[in-house]
Amino acid sequence: MAGIEVKPQLRGVGSLSRVREKAGDEGGGAPRPSPASPRGSLTPSALWFRAGPVLTVLGFVLVLCYALAVWLNAPQVIERTLSAQPGWGATDLMRLTWSMDRPVLPAPHQIALDLYDSIFNWPLDSPRNLLFHAAVTSSATLLGFVMGSVLGAVLAVAIVHSRTLDRSLFPWIIASQTVPVLAIAPIVIVILGSFGVSGTFPKAIISMYLCFFPVAVALVKGLRSPGVMETELLHTYAASPAQAFWKLRVPASLPFLFPSLRVGIAAGLVGAIVGELPTGAQAGLGARLLTGSYYGNTVQIWSALVMSALLGLFLTACVALAERLLTPGGKR
Amino acid sequence: MSSTPPPLSLLSAVEVQGVSVVYPAKEHTVTALDNVSLNIQPGEFVSLIGPSGCGKTTLLRVIADLEQVTSGTVQVNGMSTQAARLARAYGYVFQAPALFPWRTVLGNCCLPLEIHGLQRAQARGVAMEHLERVGLKGFEGKYPWQLSGGMQQRVSIARALGFEPKLLMMDEPFGALDEITRDRLNEQLLRLWRPDDGSERRTVVFVTHSIPEAVFLSSRIVVMSPRPGRIVDIIESSLPADRTLDIRDTPAFAEISHRVRMSLQDGHGGH
Repeated sequence: MAGIEVKPQLRGVGSLSRVREKAGDEGGGAPRPSPASPRGSLTPSALWFRAGPVLTVLGFVLVLCYALAVWLNAPQVIERTLSAQPGWGATDLMRLTWSMDRPVLPAPHQIALDLYDSIFNWPLDSPRNLLFHAAVTSSATLLGFVMGSVLGAVLAVAIVHSRTLDRSLFPWIIASQTVPVLAIAPIVIVILGSFGVSGTFPKAIISMYLCFFPVAVALVKGLRSPGVMETELLHTYAASPAQAFWKLRVPASLPFLFPSLRVGIAAGLVGAIVGELPTGAQAGLGARLLTGSYYGNTVQIWSALVMSALLGLFLTACVALAERLLTPGGKR
Repeated sequence: MSSTPPPLSLLSAVEVQGVSVVYPAKEHTVTALDNVSLNIQPGEFVSLIGPSGCGKTTLLRVIADLEQVTSGTVQVNGMSTQAARLARAYGYVFQAPALFPWRTVLGNCCLPLEIHGLQRAQARGVAMEHLERVGLKGFEGKYPWQLSGGMQQRVSIARALGFEPKLLMMDEPFGALDEITRDRLNEQLLRLWRPDDGSERRTVVFVTHSIPEAVFLSSRIVVMSPRPGRIVDIIESSLPADRTLDIRDTPAFAEISHRVRMSLQDGHGGH
């Protein structure tokens, strides 16, 4: 779940200056200078303003990980190695707990080295390369994300336009999410397998199952967000229902849609990884996690985990980028 | 529009006859308008004034086909209100600017024209013209949040002028603005009502609860009273057609203001 980046105010930095911008001078004066682009400019201080908090937390987490590694791995190290050499000290303990083959908790640099090794020392199509697995998982995620978003959008439009569907579908949509995905995944794999469908598609279905929910809920809210006045305005223009939909409801729903897409793609990644578990661990980050735990290879588990977190961040960043490009007018 | 209409000069711009609007409620029904009749000629500037709850906004909404009458008839340019709305015969300005935040100032003004089916370039040309008329040239690329409240309301007026409607309806458009801004916009509105280019005057129906605003703007002032909403007095203005804000210091202005105030008090006196 590390991939879910809850940052609805990604552009909050600029909002204060905009409020000031709105000072109320009336009359036809010269056009006010436009605000210094609150998005683009990355001066060193602005960069630190954004990256600083994240890096600080990273530092704390790293220190904590090293400390935890010592604490969790110490019993094994002491029992197997150090008990044989009397007079061992703290440095011996640290050196050994941070370099075990199968530690309870690997040290961060071990994970980093394993990641580096798998990415740069193996060809891209090798099952030892984590990028290969990431590609397998993300193709299922993206397919599921697209199907889930479309399904969510279709459901939302149907619900918004029909009171009957609103009352009949909504409870089912919510109920669907209370079923654990871990229970759904094998069922989907088995059923689709009986039709001879395997590989990416069954995983994408599971991904879609997690994806459509946030999109549907947010889009229903977004499509209903226009106020009475805006609706009546279009009424006085004698706008057709289709025009009201495309010119008012859809643009009004975008600020609701994009955060839900960010949540949706991260949830879809979880779905794809879970979908890879019951397939017998052929390929994908889920498979990598599974083989790692079969063989007690904790470093492999952790590097697959870090890889999936990075993939999640990358995918949500892509959605955030799309949001920037597709929502005009900055933030309101 | 298709059936041959009678010549425009003979038609009232707005004809309201015996209109009642009743909202059914559990305990007792609410009568928003009670047997109201009003005739507005083309080129008039008519203000509806009264305390809140007197039905002035309801009357405007009935004319704009945003509200249905319980009994009586309303005609706009000799058509039913629905036909007039579908023919885009009027522009309507709401209490709040109701601008779309995802559209620029120009984009907002293009909205009615786009819905009307104009080509993008054509719509932009017309919208720019209207923006210039409300003094917002140079602001077309801004987003609504970058403008002050007064400027936003001017954008919404420019937007309402989109189809060049002969009838402009305004529901307390400057109610939320400070007095200085409001004065300036009132002057501007008079210029929009009486175009300099000598073209025909629009008809304006204007809802307000400010006596000076009503007297300054109107050629006729309709005073209404609440519970049930009805017209208590209609005052013809003797002020000259060309007015500046200075006119508010004249005895004639004071006299009309006094009459409006008296009528408002009479309306309240019955309760």
